[in-house]
Amino acid sequence: MQHLLSAADLDLASATEIFDVAEEMSLLQGRPVKKLPALRGRTVVNLFFEDSTRTRSSFEIAGKWLSADVINVSAKGSSLSKGESLRDTVLTVAAMGVDALVIRHHASGAPRQVTQWIDAHVLNAGDGTHEHPTQALLDAFTLRRHFRQTAPTLGDFEGKTIAIVGDITHSRVARSNVLLLNTLGADVIMVAPPTLWPSGVDSWPARFCTDLDEVLPLVDAVMMLRVQRERMSGGYFPTPREYTIGYGLTSQRLEMLKVGAAICHPGPMNRGLEISAEAADAANSLILEQVAAGVAVRMSVLYSLLGGADDTPPPTARESFE
Amino acid sequence: MDAGGGQDSRIVLDADQIARACARMAHQILEANRGAHGLVLLGIPTRGVALAERLARAMAEVERVSIPTGALDVTMYRDDLRRQPTRPVGHTRLPIAVDDAVVVLVDDVLFSGRTVRAALDALGDLGRPRAVRLAVLIDRGHRELPIRADHVGKNLPTAADERVWVRLEEVDGVNEVTIVREGPRPSEVAKHG
Amino acid sequence: MTDILITGADWLGDGRGDLLVRNGVLSDPATAGSDIERFDADGLIALPGLVDLHTHLRQPGREDTETVASGTAAAARGGYTAVLAMANTTPVTDTAEAAEHVAELGRRDGVAQVVPVGAVSKGLEGAELAELGLMARSPAGVRVFSDDGRCVSDARLMRRALEYVRAFDGVIAQHAQDPRLAGSDACCHEGTISGRLGLPGWPAAAESTIVARDVQLVQLTRSRLHVCHVSTAETVDVLRWAKNRDIAVTAEVAPHHLLLTTDEVLDYDPTYKVNPPLRPAEDVAELRLALADGTIDAVATDHAPHAATTRNMPSRRRRSACSDWRQRSRSSSKP
Repeated sequence: MQHLLSAADLDLASATEIFDVAEEMSLLQGRPVKKLPALRGRTVVNLFFEDSTRTRSSFEIAGKWLSADVINVSAKGSSLSKGESLRDTVLTVAAMGVDALVIRHHASGAPRQVTQWIDAHVLNAGDGTHEHPTQALLDAFTLRRHFRQTAPTLGDFEGKTIAIVGDITHSRVARSNVLLLNTLGADVIMVAPPTLWPSGVDSWPARFCTDLDEVLPLVDAVMMLRVQRERMSGGYFPTPREYTIGYGLTSQRLEMLKVGAAICHPGPMNRGLEISAEAADAANSLILEQVAAGVAVRMSVLYSLLGGADDTPPPTARESFE
Repeated sequence: MDAGGGQDSRIVLDADQIARACARMAHQILEANRGAHGLVLLGIPTRGVALAERLARAMAEVERVSIPTGALDVTMYRDDLRRQPTRPVGHTRLPIAVDDAVVVLVDDVLFSGRTVRAALDALGDLGRPRAVRLAVLIDRGHRELPIRADHVGKNLPTAADERVWVRLEEVDGVNEVTIVREGPRPSEVAKHG
Repeated sequence: MTDILITGADWLGDGRGDLLVRNGVLSDPATAGSDIERFDADGLIALPGLVDLHTHLRQPGREDTETVASGTAAAARGGYTAVLAMANTTPVTDTAEAAEHVAELGRRDGVAQVVPVGAVSKGLEGAELAELGLMARSPAGVRVFSDDGRCVSDARLMRRALEYVRAFDGVIAQHAQDPRLAGSDACCHEGTISGRLGLPGWPAAAESTIVARDVQLVQLTRSRLHVCHVSTAETVDVLRWAKNRDIAVTAEVAPHHLLLTTDEVLDYDPTYKVNPPLRPAEDVAELRLALADGTIDAVATDHAPHAATTRNMPSRRRRSACSDWRQRSRSSSKP
């Protein structure tokens, strides 16, 4: 795999492979020597144009545990010619000889532009409101573990219904999750007030709904998205209390979930707005597991991009060596 | 995998011979260790794991104790990762901590020695065994590193262009070791063993 | 409520007949007992109760001008059994609690059924959405939302409001008056008369441009719009355009816009100062045709009383204009 820009870059086989390798990588967390030599000698640059302690440290640890050299470059682009300064920054960094660029940018599509300027592998760590593929991967990885424990079926996601609730139109996490969960075979329902639906919902591989109470009893997992209070001034919803009453995962709504249904949230949470404290801390909440899974999944993705030869097609069959 | 159609192949070990070789190795391991104390068997995936479990069963019958057995995947420690597309990773399972244990690495074929070198590095990151020994079903020669096996099921001199194909019931449905004569291997595919 | 047999009522061109009311329900007149109270309706027309889509009951806040009790009593005298009460009270009906309060006033004091209309924006300021969802979920069950009195002039807010109410099948009722084209000082139709009299006027475009914009927003959002008090031919054109495309829009017209023209303001008589203003005869003719052919769906009174003592505001009781053709009845009682 050359780049990971979108959850659509992954098919069922490659996503499953990433999960299986992530399972192995997660064992590292319990070992005295948290090191694998697979990416020794490779250089990974984290180029973050948006603040993010959580995602950036997750990528940093992931690279380091694989023995790569990881550099963090924090670049808040200037408000003038943004496109130009992005290109300059990227070319400068690439000229120093990097193998992979992990990029988070406020403009949707920035990572794809970057692939046109440099040869290195590009990994999208979140671009505008477009996509955040590693978040979707760690969400799905966490759900896969949960489903295998609670309700194992032949295909981990076949026959499972997953709801994504909240500010969908502004959410890159939602977009990546819809694509990936669909690839994995799950049935996805999006729930939001009509003002937070994206345009062109008919083309999305998911059902759209405005009634959370109707949907909750049907789902095997519910993923709550963060809602920003600032959206009120855009007319997206009237007041926080109305949002919570209509679309929040309140403690009353917890009762409506099926036994064993999981609660997810990509973080950071607005406790009391889109998710109540009871829901965040409930027994079936996977929120902490999601955070823990981040490093293992990102290790798996970095290994997938950098752990083999560059520019060769993937092997067709698993090789056995003597 | 099909060996037929235009390639010379001959069976070098049948099911009974494999079973006898395993039984003999099990006794040898116990003898060298003066018993089962402190032993941990770690098989190198895929077939090394099945072999390790066979050896553990045989040793358990003799000593009447169960021997901790697991798997040690060495993919991440290979010295030729960059020569092929990203390889899938196998499963590592340590039955107990390896510190101060006598670890017996188990694999089906010993060839260039690079797999064992990778296994030693992997083991080093997991702890500090008191000793490491190597048990292989087939030693086919052609070492590229100074590595030797402590316990060998069968020594099998081979030509460089031959391929040793081990099949075990647990993995392949049949117990058989075959030598297949192939053409020269493509240079990108590194030999490991 | 007592049982009553009404005899000889005119079904408005459909012959004559009797009505039996038993326990508040219309029943077969043939089953009436011999000792039942009777009412002779000879010369009177019988209609289903009328619904007024647009009234201002002024309570809470301006009880000096009108209350729910007085307003609904006047409505009932005119044959209305239900009225929609606009949200521009004090405080504004922009929360579930306020809507419930109006509904409760209706239950307690209303002679006719009172249906609260919710505001579209908080405080009618036109900046942020009012709690539309909570008003809809409340026992008051609000479905119609309007900032009437003011126009929702911000296109983005109007779009969001239209989208938002789709979740519970609500309707936005727009008071179409672009504040940049017709500000609060505009007091009559902008045309020949206003030019001669030196009065600041309201061009027809101030209404029709808003309606044109809003019907296209309805198309974009697949929601529902109602246009309050249509007063101009230009707006009628827009409505025809929209309805030809099956855009979900309905419209109402007030009786005064069907009967009176802008000529009435020649004497500067504040009695004829209304909002939207009276228009020229050509518009009145167009409105009548539109009502007849269904382009305009309903007549709504826009009952909007003002205190007699207020100097700058006209004193006008709309009902009194309607009283010329309201139904006479010797008794009116709360259903």
